[in-house]
Amino acid sequence: MSIITRSACTAALLMVLSALTAPMATAVAGEPTVSVQNCTWCHGTSAQGYAIAPRLAGQRPAYLETQLKSFHERFRDNPLSRQYMWSATAVLGPQAARDLAAYFATIPPRPANDGNRNLAATGRTIYMEGIPDANIAACYACHGPNAEGIRDIPRLGGLSRFYLKARLEQWAQGYHSVPGSPMPLVARPLASAEIEALASYLSFIK
Amino acid sequence: MSSLGSCLTIRAAILAVSLSAGLSAASRADEVQAKLDYCKTCHGLSGQGYRGYFPMPRLAGQQQEYLQSQLRAFVERRRVNPIMANVAHALSPSMVAALASHFRHLDPRPIGGAPSRSLAAGKRIFDEGLPEANVPACSACHGSDGRGQNEIPRLAGQLYEYTVGQLTGWSRVRGQGTSVDTSAVMAPTAHNMSRSQIEAVAAYVSTLP
Ligand code: HEC
Ligand code: HEC
Ligand code: HEC
Ligand code: HEC
Repeated sequence: MSIITRSACTAALLMVLSALTAPMATAVAGEPTVSVQNCTWCHGTSAQGYAIAPRLAGQRPAYLETQLKSFHERFRDNPLSRQYMWSATAVLGPQAARDLAAYFATIPPRPANDGNRNLAATGRTIYMEGIPDANIAACYACHGPNAEGIRDIPRLGGLSRFYLKARLEQWAQGYHSVPGSPMPLVARPLASAEIEALASYLSFIK
Repeated sequence: MSSLGSCLTIRAAILAVSLSAGLSAASRADEVQAKLDYCKTCHGLSGQGYRGYFPMPRLAGQQQEYLQSQLRAFVERRRVNPIMANVAHALSPSMVAALASHFRHLDPRPIGGAPSRSLAAGKRIFDEGLPEANVPACSACHGSDGRGQNEIPRLAGQLYEYTVGQLTGWSRVRGQGTSVDTSAVMAPTAHNMSRSQIEAVAAYVSTLP
């Protein structure tokens, strides 16, 4: 099955699921102890990501927590976030978010390896050095030497090329992630060739 | 690869043309604004500093002469930092002057986040030094308000982790190479303080407005 048809199928499946899960979740009063299955339906059984739903395994717990809060408050607002994650977090309280974040962070991540190998070297140079003449900041300064992230700055290494590319395009398109994020300024000067190279490089990092 | 290559070539060509043709005042202002946004990506949206994988120092309110001297030190590798060497390399002298004057006039609140247990000990070191360890009062050079003067930097409101990192690593990152520079003035002071004294004084200056 081609990637396009596969993700189209998944998207249809996800829509059905989100329609099903939302009312189920609202039925629980107060702060539910959310079952991990509610998340792995979409994010894959070992949370390694599936089609449009990104990998959660091995992500920084503080980052997962801030994003869950941001979905819950409907601040992170790109079309996929609205369509899938707003309902998935509608009744998610702070304690449940913290527990889920801690759980997913402990699962060992596997790299997506779905980038273009020929672009990886260029991507690495941009990641490590930026392009100062074009005002492109070195990602390394915040995301770390091996794209492992720290505190609420996410691990990028091994995320899928599709997801990374979409995220980097969304900031320049005016969508939001969390208040006060430096990423809109980071993304603004990136041209599509640079996004392609960065996403390819990062997808291979273990 | 080739599309990125050609994209960079086009950028370089635009840069070359705009430089040779002489920039209009408007495009010059745009260019400075774009560069400032770039600096603020890492140094905080109001120049207040930022905690990335590495601590990025506060530039807001910094002395212009000091800021310029450090950008030169990065380019000449007297001060070793791979990130800032690349950044500083791409700056013309007139751009550096424009950036330094902009940051000098920013005044955000200190970013905070330092441990508060030894603030009193830190204040004592700052005001009086440590005579028994040959450490002079910091205020003698950096000013009693910690705002510095000319080539002596402002310490007020600086990120705790950054100040600790500079003072513990002084001889490895500053004054490298053969020529002697202003970093030599601070070297004995940094060397003579213990880790816990450094932490105390770094915490204290981080709270100064
Ligand atoms: C109906 C499918 C679906 C369900 C159910 C779902 N997710 Fe998601 N999730 C997605 C999609 C699609 C995205 C990508 C959103 C985007 O691109 O902005 C996403 C994004 C995320 C992100 C952002 C990851 C990042 O790297 O920024 C987190 C965190 C997350 N989901 C956690 C969860 C948790 C926890 C649950 C269970 C409570 C859950 N998701 C349930 C589909 C789903
Ligand atoms: C000044 C620090 C900083 C720099 C420099 C930086 N980032 Fe980020 N990045 C962050 C922070 C903080 C977040 C999380 C906040 C948010 O979601 O906006 C983030 C989030 C991201 C995400 C979202 C990951 C996910 O799971 O959804 C991507 C992708 C990303 N950055 C890519 C990059 C790339 C590529 C570069 C270099 C061109 C870069 N960043 C440079 C701080 C930085
Ligand atoms: C990719 C992130 C990044 C970008 C972009 C960046 N810096 Fe920096 N800067 C750093 C880091 C990290 C340090 C700390 C270096 C060290 O630890 O010695 C630093 C240090 C400095 C210092 C030394 C400050 C002091 O108190 O000694 C100056 C001055 C400076 N930067 C100016 C700038 C200017 C001006 C720009 C924009 C043209 C800029 N920086 C852009 C990351 C960055
Ligand atoms: C004799 C004058 C003098 C005294 C006394 C002095 N300093 Fe300095 N300090 C300087 C000079 C000059 C520089 C700039 C060095 C350079 O150009 O690299 C500096 C730089 C620094 C820096 C680096 C700032 C930055 O933004 O990177 C720190 C931190 C610092 N001093 C802390 C202290 C502390 C703490 C004390 C007291 C224990 C102290 N200084 C006492 C002259 C002095």
